[in-house]
Amino acid sequence: MLYFSKLRIILVSLVTLLFIFISLSNFQDSENSLISKRINLGLDLQGGSYLLLEIDNGPVEIQKLQNATTVIRNYLKEKNVNFTDLRIEGSEIFFSVSEQDNETVKNFFLDKESEINPYYNQYKSHQFDLSNIENEFKLKLSKYGLVEIKNSSQDQAIEIVRRRVDEVGTNEPNILKRGNNRILVELPGLDNPMRIKSLLGKTANLTFRFVTQNSNDTFGVETLQFEDDNNQALVSKRIILSGENLLDAQPQMNNQTNETVVSFTLDRVGAKRFGKATRTGIGKQLAIVLDGKIVSAPVIRDAIVSGSGQISGNFTFQSATDLALLLRSGALPAPLNIIEERTVGPDLGQDSINAGVFALLIGFLLVIIFMFYKYKVFGLIANITLVFNLLILIGILTIFEATLTLPGIAGIILTVGMAVDANVLIFERIKEESRNEKNNIIAFDAGYVKSKTAILDANVTTLIAATILFFMGSGPVKGFSVTLAVGIFTTLFSVYFIARMLTSIYVVKNKEKINLI
Amino acid sequence: MINFNKFYKLFNIISICLVVISILLLFFKGLNFGVDFKGGTLIELRANDKKINVTSLRDSFSNMDLGDINIKKFGNESDFLIKIEKKDTSADEVETIKKDLVKVIGSSFNFRRVENVGPKVSSELLKSGIIAIALSLAAMLFYIWIRFEWQFSLGAILALFHDVVITLGFFSLLGLEINLSIVAAVLTIVGYSMNDTVVIYDRVRENLRKYSDIKILELTNISINETLSRTIITSVTTLLALISIFIFGGEILKGFSFAMILGVVFGTYSSIYISNPILVKLRVSQKTILKEDTE
Repeated sequence: MLYFSKLRIILVSLVTLLFIFISLSNFQDSENSLISKRINLGLDLQGGSYLLLEIDNGPVEIQKLQNATTVIRNYLKEKNVNFTDLRIEGSEIFFSVSEQDNETVKNFFLDKESEINPYYNQYKSHQFDLSNIENEFKLKLSKYGLVEIKNSSQDQAIEIVRRRVDEVGTNEPNILKRGNNRILVELPGLDNPMRIKSLLGKTANLTFRFVTQNSNDTFGVETLQFEDDNNQALVSKRIILSGENLLDAQPQMNNQTNETVVSFTLDRVGAKRFGKATRTGIGKQLAIVLDGKIVSAPVIRDAIVSGSGQISGNFTFQSATDLALLLRSGALPAPLNIIEERTVGPDLGQDSINAGVFALLIGFLLVIIFMFYKYKVFGLIANITLVFNLLILIGILTIFEATLTLPGIAGIILTVGMAVDANVLIFERIKEESRNEKNNIIAFDAGYVKSKTAILDANVTTLIAATILFFMGSGPVKGFSVTLAVGIFTTLFSVYFIARMLTSIYVVKNKEKINLI
Repeated sequence: MINFNKFYKLFNIISICLVVISILLLFFKGLNFGVDFKGGTLIELRANDKKINVTSLRDSFSNMDLGDINIKKFGNESDFLIKIEKKDTSADEVETIKKDLVKVIGSSFNFRRVENVGPKVSSELLKSGIIAIALSLAAMLFYIWIRFEWQFSLGAILALFHDVVITLGFFSLLGLEINLSIVAAVLTIVGYSMNDTVVIYDRVRENLRKYSDIKILELTNISINETLSRTIITSVTTLLALISIFIFGGEILKGFSFAMILGVVFGTYSSIYISNPILVKLRVSQKTILKEDTE
């Protein structure tokens, strides 16, 4: 165990130097360093906001059921199947057919190539589960039907969230999927997430609809509230224009009224429809409805064919800017709820870094002094190893651009405390061996060989704990498990290569000495 | 040589008492769960005005209709930690609180940290925390079973259980907050305590192979003594590092490092006084090991 070939010595030195070199890039200006990689600071250290959003898929499911009902109605008509009592109850669709059509209907829905109940070839399960009591059929979204809804609304929502966050212009946001109905938003450096939160809290579903007095409108009507007072108005359900037809929206000052408005530009289809509606609807009130509330309901004076217009509604410049932003980025497919929020101010982050680094230095010093006191020359070897160990650890974290959190710093300090364990195990074993073995080289060799299993087992157990923590833990705690786990590998490397090399050089030079350790 | 085995009985009784007391505490007093596991809002506030204190803050909060509120000093003179238990906090709750506070105590404060955890997330975090600890115990049990024999596995796991329960018992007794970092600490304790036990077990196994005529009671004692200096040195260096975090690492790491310090102390103790007496009780002998070797 004590013999090191020249090649090996060179290799170990090279690897060590490489990692040290990489670790140093963290302490230089980014322009001057050769390596652009760096350890990222977690939100708890650099300050920032962490938001976990949950998509409320309820409305989407209802929409899906309504669409499905229409499809089923048309399909059955087309196939000349007589049905009665087609309706939605809770989250299920019901309908009844006559006895002779019973089997045909089953075939429609359960066929592998079914046109109205798809997904079979993809999931080996249909979109809807079909069940019947005699001639009444019940359709319920299957597990995969629900998964598909969740996945697609998550895909859409994350896109919209990304656009909105980008529009606000925060620095390097991190937006990720979590599960199939959650979105994680990390906003470094943002100490007041109020604006982003209010932007993400709105679905921004914009529609233009006529105000009507006639409650027998063919499309149906609904009573909606105005946004800024308690007035109500009866509004047709017929949608003239929706947010999808918007090309652009900007806040603007209206020169005549000195009012802040949101001006918008429509796409071609939108412009055509808007032109037609305003031409036929002169004198009528057009309600601009956002998320179920009327922003304003101006009276149409002229046909608007230019494909652009303005929304007024007692805006401040800020609220007009936000509305324009929401309209530009598009509507969310479903409402989002913030179910977890963690915000750390930048000064607390800096305080945490200072405290963490100070604790690291003190812990490091205490351990070094103690080891030197206990083992003298070998303590020195263990200490040099510890320094290299730390630098290699930082180097590896840099290569992987790992995120360092406050618990992560604690993990490094803990590594300092536990890293000497492997060397202690070896040194103690050597001491034991030298009681019976007067030849230093043989005693040292035996010490290394015999302590091997204990060191292996001891480190594997810590590694198991760190691995579980990595997969089960969240946020900052994950950072702890990463430094702890990487620390185990760097410790084994530095103990078995660096420390052993230094030890062998020293022992070979002093092989005649009695009581070497 | 120290005769550790003379005190096996005594310390076992003490350990059983401590475990029982801890379990009773956990059952009757319970744990003080933080917002991570209970849901609610946590605000760390720094006051720039000397006049702001716990009483004035409590007065201003009592008018806000926020339900149960816990306010305490956090670290130095001007920092306060405010815990609001109300669960259905809306997105702009924190902003409202801030505005209301400005009205009462002026604007000479700032929010250094805000954590808002919904009831769904908190129960998920609690569940995954418990699963993580259970999983790590199971993984250790399995690993030791593979590397040693089942008797060792049982001894090691009882020692782990002992350490975790007593650490949590202390937290219950002192009413210290349990948050995500405490779960991390408990898992690390599991790793550390195991580490310590394994080193002694490794020596027990080696000695079992070497001596066929020494009884297990004596043999564990020899093994503990042979590894004693390592046990002490490693505990000391780990404790030095932890104490340094505890004192200098800032307020946020206090609970974490305190749990770890308890864990290291009990982990070291249990690797001597729990995991070894179990081997004696289970009458482990050279045969137990040789069976493994011939297989």
